[in-house]
Amino acid sequence: MLGLSVTLAHYLVVSALIFGIGTVIALSKRNAVAVLMGVELMLNAVNLTLIAFSRFSSAFGQNGQPLSGHVFVVFVLTVAAAEAAVALAMAVLVYRQRETVDLDRINLLRG
Amino acid sequence: MSVLATALYLGPAALLYLGAGVVLLADLIHGRRAVTGLLTLVTLALAAVWAVLQIGGGAQGPILGGAIVVDSFSLYFTFLLTAVTAAVVVGTSEWAAKVEDRGEFYSLLLVSVGSMVLLVQSNDLITLFVALETTSLAQFILAGITRNERSSEAGLKYLLSGAVAAAVLLYGFAFLFGMAGTTSLPGIAEFVRHAGDGLRLPLILAFVFVAAGVGFKMAIFPFHAWVPDVYQGAPTPVGSYLSVASKAAGFAVVLRLFYTGLGGAGTPITHDWAMLFGVFAAASMLFGNVGALVQTNVKRILGYSSIAQAGNIAVGIAAVAAQGTVGPSGVLFFLGTYAATNLGAFLAVNAVSERLGSDEITSYAGLFKRAPMTAVVLSLCLASLTGLPPTAGFIAKVYIFNSAIQTGEVWLVGLVAIAVVNTAISAFYYLRWVRTMILDDPEDATPIETPGGAQGVLLLASAAVLFFGLWPAPLILLAQQAAAALLPA
Repeated sequence: MLGLSVTLAHYLVVSALIFGIGTVIALSKRNAVAVLMGVELMLNAVNLTLIAFSRFSSAFGQNGQPLSGHVFVVFVLTVAAAEAAVALAMAVLVYRQRETVDLDRINLLRG
Repeated sequence: MSVLATALYLGPAALLYLGAGVVLLADLIHGRRAVTGLLTLVTLALAAVWAVLQIGGGAQGPILGGAIVVDSFSLYFTFLLTAVTAAVVVGTSEWAAKVEDRGEFYSLLLVSVGSMVLLVQSNDLITLFVALETTSLAQFILAGITRNERSSEAGLKYLLSGAVAAAVLLYGFAFLFGMAGTTSLPGIAEFVRHAGDGLRLPLILAFVFVAAGVGFKMAIFPFHAWVPDVYQGAPTPVGSYLSVASKAAGFAVVLRLFYTGLGGAGTPITHDWAMLFGVFAAASMLFGNVGALVQTNVKRILGYSSIAQAGNIAVGIAAVAAQGTVGPSGVLFFLGTYAATNLGAFLAVNAVSERLGSDEITSYAGLFKRAPMTAVVLSLCLASLTGLPPTAGFIAKVYIFNSAIQTGEVWLVGLVAIAVVNTAISAFYYLRWVRTMILDDPEDATPIETPGGAQGVLLLASAAVLFFGLWPAPLILLAQQAAAALLPA
């Protein structure tokens, strides 16, 4: 309509923003579950970056072969799911012992 | 290549995963009567023997489309990792017998070490990431395995920082893939060598993210915050495993990523990442040693000391401009001797704290009169961590600092000067601990008994520390051969 087209740079900027937001959440939130949500955002930003690079690569569409960036994303998704499962189990374990998942109050270890 | 031939190459990792399943199954069927510890040891021994046979008799080279490479570098680490894990299993069998989830402990240990073996063989970003995350996930659970408050706190903290580090690492990987158009490490190296000036900044950005992500595994400053907490909170056997095996795997990945993946010496960005690791090294040494000075809990002292030692090792990575394989082989040699040394220290601490129920340094007063052998081994290991002759730690430090000086670059010589000053600082807390054990009088003079398995491993560790201190040539030769596999032929 206005002659605009979505280029690789657009995807990269958006994913960099999401990655930044995720990092800030992961580092600033004091609730363990909120930290995990931040990490999830970071991982999805990575996925967006990978897919964008893969789709805009000059080799895309030749031989009808999917590119390794696409494959990489599938692995990242799988690993992220496994990680979330372990993390939530751990959070539940800690919650049962102390009735909180506030990282400021989980402070037996320090010095 | 046929499935059978591939299996021949992948033997050690496949065996370890298989063993993890068998251990879990045995635990399910026989419950607490199951011989899970023995099964674990047999699996580790078979994997180690397989690796030795591979070193001697071929079955080396890239497989699975280049995603995995079996070479003398990966076999060096395969042997080191399995041997270290076996030593942990033997040395802490008394502790493990009391753990409620013993089967799960051994099974997760095998999954973790199997993934590390896969990790050091990875030659592709995807394989590397999956192996790294598999080993990390198993380690997070291991840190929380005893399910008491301290242990689960250590597990949760380790997991949260590990998850952030993994995401940062991946972001770096995404940019490496985006620029090079391939996930294969040799392919990326090819791209980096011919990269123009316009790509230098994006490449620097990518490797900074990658270095931050793996810095977590190596436990170097500023990605170290989890180390003292996890070493203190996690069960000591898990702490000793993490401090030796996980660190070795972390440095193996860094060597593979930066020497193979980013092309090693002579690329447009070599100097930039060498500088980055130089800064990491100096900061880790300073922070680790100063942090350790004020600690009174021995596990936290070992935690901070392990950050400082990571700084020493990183000097070898920064010395990429040195001729031939001096830098990386220094890293490999240091990791080999550090494994024996730190394992000895951790297992001695484990044996003592099992009996005393305390990790405070004051409870080590007069240990020499209560448990002479343990005290002597611990003193020897601490002397080696300081870097005093005639221990292996001395040779390792001289070797790695020499590699930095050989480059002839002024900033690396300065880095070595910082490292030497730090060695002097570290002597304060290492030798203070030794003095407490030997010269101070115990409050309670009852002898402390060390279990047989732990005694054997302690003797073995101290024998290795002395042997490689007096006769380092064989290990240096092996390290040089292994490091040569990293460089492009």
